[in-house]
Amino acid sequence: MATVVTNHKACTVNPLKMSQPIGAALAFMGLNHCMPTLHGSQGCTSFGLVLFVRHFREMIPMQTTAMNEVNTILGGMDNIEQAIMNIWERAKPDVIGLASTGLTETKGDDVDAYIKLIRARHPEIAEMAIIYASTPDYVGAFQDGWSKAVVCIVQELAVPCSVKHMDRINVLPGSHLTPGDIDEIREIIESFGLSAVFIPDISGSLDGHIPEDFTPTTLGGTTLEQLRTMGAARATIGIGNQMYAAAVELEMKTGVPYTMFDRLTGLEANDNFLHYLSKLSGKPVPMKYRRQRSQLQDAMLDAHFYTGGKKIAIGAEPDLLWSLGSFVAEMGCELMAAVTTTHSPMLEKMPIAEVLIGDLEDLETRAKECDLLITHSHGRQMAERLKRPFLRFGLPIFDRLGTAHKLTVGYRGTKELVFEIANTFMADEHEATPESWLNNSEAGNTEAGVAGENFAEEHECASTGGCSSCA
Amino acid sequence: MATLGEKVQDVFNEPGCDVNQTKGTKERKKGCTKQLTPGAAAGGCAFDGAKIALQPITDVAHLVHGPIACEGNGWDNRGAKSSDSQLYRTGFTTDITELDVVYGGEKRLYKSIREILDKYDPPAVFVYQTCVTALIGDDIEAVCKAATAKFGKPIIPINAPGFVGAKNLGNKLAGEALLDHVIGTEEPEFTTPYDINIIGEYNLAGELWQIKPLLDELGIRILACISGDAKYKEVAYSHRAKAAMMVCSKAMINVARKMEERYDIPFFEGSFYGITDTNESLRQIAALLVQKGAPEELLARTEKLIFREETRAWEAINHYRPRLQGKKVLLITGGVKSWSVVSALQEGGMEIVGTSVKKSTVEDKEKIKELMGEDAHMFDDMRPRDMYAMLKESRADIMLSGGRSQFIALKVKMPWLDINQERHHAYAGYVGMVELVKQIEQALYHPVWAQVRKPAPWEVSPQELSLAELSGETTHMTIEAQAA
Repeated sequence: MATVVTNHKACTVNPLKMSQPIGAALAFMGLNHCMPTLHGSQGCTSFGLVLFVRHFREMIPMQTTAMNEVNTILGGMDNIEQAIMNIWERAKPDVIGLASTGLTETKGDDVDAYIKLIRARHPEIAEMAIIYASTPDYVGAFQDGWSKAVVCIVQELAVPCSVKHMDRINVLPGSHLTPGDIDEIREIIESFGLSAVFIPDISGSLDGHIPEDFTPTTLGGTTLEQLRTMGAARATIGIGNQMYAAAVELEMKTGVPYTMFDRLTGLEANDNFLHYLSKLSGKPVPMKYRRQRSQLQDAMLDAHFYTGGKKIAIGAEPDLLWSLGSFVAEMGCELMAAVTTTHSPMLEKMPIAEVLIGDLEDLETRAKECDLLITHSHGRQMAERLKRPFLRFGLPIFDRLGTAHKLTVGYRGTKELVFEIANTFMADEHEATPESWLNNSEAGNTEAGVAGENFAEEHECASTGGCSSCA
Repeated sequence: MATLGEKVQDVFNEPGCDVNQTKGTKERKKGCTKQLTPGAAAGGCAFDGAKIALQPITDVAHLVHGPIACEGNGWDNRGAKSSDSQLYRTGFTTDITELDVVYGGEKRLYKSIREILDKYDPPAVFVYQTCVTALIGDDIEAVCKAATAKFGKPIIPINAPGFVGAKNLGNKLAGEALLDHVIGTEEPEFTTPYDINIIGEYNLAGELWQIKPLLDELGIRILACISGDAKYKEVAYSHRAKAAMMVCSKAMINVARKMEERYDIPFFEGSFYGITDTNESLRQIAALLVQKGAPEELLARTEKLIFREETRAWEAINHYRPRLQGKKVLLITGGVKSWSVVSALQEGGMEIVGTSVKKSTVEDKEKIKELMGEDAHMFDDMRPRDMYAMLKESRADIMLSGGRSQFIALKVKMPWLDINQERHHAYAGYVGMVELVKQIEQALYHPVWAQVRKPAPWEVSPQELSLAELSGETTHMTIEAQAA
């Protein structure tokens, strides 16, 4: 339905996009006792670390091979070796997740070969898994880095298993799902008597719990044991098109068949998901979810008065854009602007004439007349300038709490999303005045101006909140 | 024009730095930052440092030439405040692609500069070099020179790619860029005998505005703050100041020293954290101005102001003192902040049980010893695990540090206060010190601690439960006793 275009600017203004290596790092953070490590200059790690700390408000384990000018030219073998051995000595992790950066990719370090040499030299680290993903900064975006890392996890650790566990399924979640989403999906799957292993599982490591002891690596997430038995599962579910490559890879390596769900937000999307689980398990859909389905229907009915005909502008990575964009269209909204970060087969299916691979400046230009703006926290300056209601979705969200628990999947998550969106419109409703229906354009402008001012007032305390940080 | 390599050597050879002067030629060449350990390193790169130092200049377009990581992963994430333009918070980057890596990114950079000038019309564009574009040999200095000639606006190259070193080196290279291309290129409309520069102050959380009213009252004009809430032209004519104060000891010493050398602007190193430090800094500013020809009565007026402000601040702090007396503080921060905050906390009656000196100079360390005594607990590189242990074993009551380590405290359910870049509260000058003490008091006595520390009822045996209740009561009583 949509044409996908790329902007023709030389200069990106107000980036929407983040880079591949930190997407890969986040995927590695979903593995238990893992140390995500970027092969690049120390700044590459530092920027990513700060970003995740501000988003999740959690301790973030992340290391660097600390490349400098000289060893970039000479090759990073020594640095990778030192990094691996130092991490091994200090933290004894089960897994080191290594991702390359623009710097080391430009040089062309053959990291796979380095790792082989290092392993030959250090038999003591034989038990520790080392997963390497090639993720140059100047190609793709965050979501691509995540998806490449998961493909590499599968390539490195998946093996065919002769003994199958009929109640076990693998779930490959996209980077757009929060720890809260993953918990919800797990609960749904478990209610069918199945057990789900998420690869990776950031709900274990980044859900904001208080651990008993200090650990320098990730705490919680998919265990090495679970990763090595991916092949024992009965089926694999991929959530979000970005997981397609990993699902295929897993089937090719282990023979476990996959099913893709492009999103789990929306009534029909969840009907399909639960129907699938019911068929797979041979069990009826539990009463709990029939009830939730009915609640969602009711919520959609209550909300449709407010969402119908509203114009929405979204800036998000492809799979999140697909989830949110499709759903607001299902709620009768008009998607008036869609800006994203990287290519994806989903983009052409978006319910809009044109999807732009661009930045927040592009979104700002296209969102001028919108009723609601949806993007990550960096949209705050734009929302203030445009004086439009603004909902934060995606990563990073650094000026709101509870991002890890934000729920948009399942009937329950969809219901919460419906309410959040409809409430935003209700809060932004303009009172009728004697001038509202006057036919001349001047009066129309006045009305708009007054409404704009009212909104600005409300907006200051209710909508942006962290005004001190925006000011 | 010096090459980047020569610049780095020049910065390492800093006569204003005492440590540097005690080194041999060979040692000096290695620079002042320790070699990073792969797999055990933390902190930002030189590019990060350069950006921190210059981004507070508010009306400039800061353009990052590199792949999306360098700007996309971390833009608009600092607390430097502006009284006017918000342009500095706009993220500009060339976001180079694979093709640029192969064919070179200079054309894209040039076009980007033109687009920015067309759309945003800033007084200047700062172009930041990054690792990848440095590695492929993009000559940003040449592009900037061509763009300046073509567009008639200053386009300033900031040559501090991440891989040349750590954050601190980046601060200094940023300073060099200002010295080479900005400072001295414009003239102020008028000058007064009371014009000063403040160097190395970034106006985080608006801290400059806690100081400015004091200076205003004394009739002292901040000709330029480098770089907090600065406008491009202010930095450009800062060479007409009569005196300068250097705030963050290691970050911009080269700027202060070279401005003294080139423009005869004497400087001192001071701090606005803590009452005594603020007193001292105000005195020094006044003294330097008088030395440079301002009327002597300034000194008396300064003393009067100090007396008034100090009395007022002490009164406010004394209000909190009983509840803070003897509280043990673990202070994890860098450089000048270590000693200036140490003295500030001692003023509040608190005891510093340890402080990090990772980024501090020998001078900084000496000052800490002066303040805390010879047995001062200074940690060169405190591991998170050790901080965790220290807090868990209650050897400290509160930790003050930067955002990254906050969870070490929170996860052991201990109070924590942000005193770094991203903080939301301003702690400078007299009002700031009172605010800091107030925030510490609030953090220590917050009702949340008792609640989250209490185990779930099903997790305690009946015997333990009664014990826990007992000890809970005792704590409560102690607090009351202290409050009284």
